[in-house]
Amino acid sequence: MKPAPFFYHAPTSVDEAVALLQDLQEEDSKVLAGGQSLMPVLNMRLARVKHLIDINKLHDLDYIRPFDGGLAIGALTRHRMAEHSTDVATRAPLITEALPLVGDRQVRFRGTIGGSIAHADPVAELPTIALALDADLVVSKRGGSRTVPASEFFITFLTTAIEDDELLTEIRIPAPPAHSGHAFLELSRQLGTYAIVSAAAVVALDGGRISEARLALGGVGSTPIRALRAEESLRGQAPTIEAFTEAGRLASEATDPSADVHGSIEYRREMAAVYVRRALKVAAERAAVA
Amino acid sequence: MTEIMTRPPKVPVTVRVNGVGYERYVEPRKLLSDFIRQDVGLTGTHVGCEHGVCGACTVIVDGELVKSCLMLAVQAQGSEIMTVEGLAKGGELHPIQQAFHEHHGLQCGFCTPGMLLAALSLLEENPDPTEDEVKVGMDGNLCRCTGYYNIVDSIMAAAGKMK
Ligand SMILES: Cc1cc2nc3c(=O)[nH]c(=O)nc-3n(C[C@H](O)[C@H](O)[C@H](O)COP(=O)(O)OP(=O)(O)OC[C@H]3O[C@@H](n4cnc5c(N)ncnc54)[C@H](O)[C@@H]3O)c2cc1C
Ligand code: FES
Ligand code: FES
Repeated sequence: MKPAPFFYHAPTSVDEAVALLQDLQEEDSKVLAGGQSLMPVLNMRLARVKHLIDINKLHDLDYIRPFDGGLAIGALTRHRMAEHSTDVATRAPLITEALPLVGDRQVRFRGTIGGSIAHADPVAELPTIALALDADLVVSKRGGSRTVPASEFFITFLTTAIEDDELLTEIRIPAPPAHSGHAFLELSRQLGTYAIVSAAAVVALDGGRISEARLALGGVGSTPIRALRAEESLRGQAPTIEAFTEAGRLASEATDPSADVHGSIEYRREMAAVYVRRALKVAAERAAVA
Repeated sequence: MTEIMTRPPKVPVTVRVNGVGYERYVEPRKLLSDFIRQDVGLTGTHVGCEHGVCGACTVIVDGELVKSCLMLAVQAQGSEIMTVEGLAKGGELHPIQQAFHEHHGLQCGFCTPGMLLAALSLLEENPDPTEDEVKVGMDGNLCRCTGYYNIVDSIMAAAGKMK
């Protein structure tokens, strides 16, 4: 099918874009970034918009740079740029590991980091990782910007803290902890399809014990889910398979999956435990040699 | 019903397709895939699913491999587009086309234009891929005739020739 008619705007600066968003906020408008999620929805007429605000000319939002020991990624940075970035590989290797699993080459040529996070699909890789890494999301509107922690950003399925007159402009990722390893693992029917269950883990070791663990899961709730009790259970523990299995059990308890053709609730819960255990094991092995 | 009366005006789109310039006036909602087929008149670019899943509509825009059903024609303003019609030069098949011909890389041919451009983009990035790298790199393109083995063979053969 084809999209229903809309008025098309292509601002060339962030100021111009947020001014448009404010002027049109009562009028059913939407931001178009890479279009890899929005265009299918418009083509199938699952959504209609009166105004489409294309942000592809906001070249100022296409960057990856070191920030405060960590990383700042402009919202319009394409998946493919981040996938091949050495800054991302050293400062946010979870992203480097997950990006080849996002869609296919065509999708990654166009799709943007900001679009994926703003879209907030709970089965998508990047929102889960943003939560695991305690990313800060910078959203801008006319006259200023604010920073929302990932823990407060994802409200529910396809819904975030971004208001109608706001634009996601930057993703800030804190520096990885010392002596840490990471792992992103997902269960999917085949490469390039959305995950059924995914697990993002960061494990830091100090003197042979776990000093810090971070865990987030995708596909098992209306938002990505942070497994805080599982994280706590690991602090001070030796990195053993028993500790990881217990963390998997606790993480699974934090999930709230729904059933679909790809898996029942019980199956997703079980797989959440398995993927958490496996991700922790890989992350700890990498931390040991970090 | 003022909604219906204030239809968005047509906009000019100027592009080069396979080295030839075109200027057309289209509605902003016109998909690049439809623009190439209906307004430029090059029907080698196929439309399968129209929601980004099958890859039949794959073209190269300013060097980037894209599914043209997920781009608006207005977004291609000023771009250089390559479609399947741009592969053969002076009646000579491109080495990738020749390899598909020799290795039976197509059956009905519906997916082939997208396959050829995806293969071209992949080989430009990785001129000497392993078979697994070809399989992973081509995962945005579906073949409903499911002749995947021969597609992979064709691309491996083309890589050998293009080196
Ligand atoms: C075949 C296929 C397979 C895919 N597989 C996967 C997969 O395995 N994993 C995965 O994670 N994704 C997958 N995707 C989706 C892809 O990753 C999208 O690129 C991504 O989800 C959205 O990014 P975008 O830049 O294309 O955003 P768009 O599609 O342009 O926008 C998505 C939404 O975010 C909003 N938005 C975008 N940018 C901003 C901004 N800066 N500020 C405020 N709002 C904004 C838009 O208004 C829209 O609501 C797939 C897509 C396709 C077509
Ligand atoms: S027609 Fe564009 S991907 Fe199927
Ligand atoms: S040859 Fe028929 S769809 Fe691929």
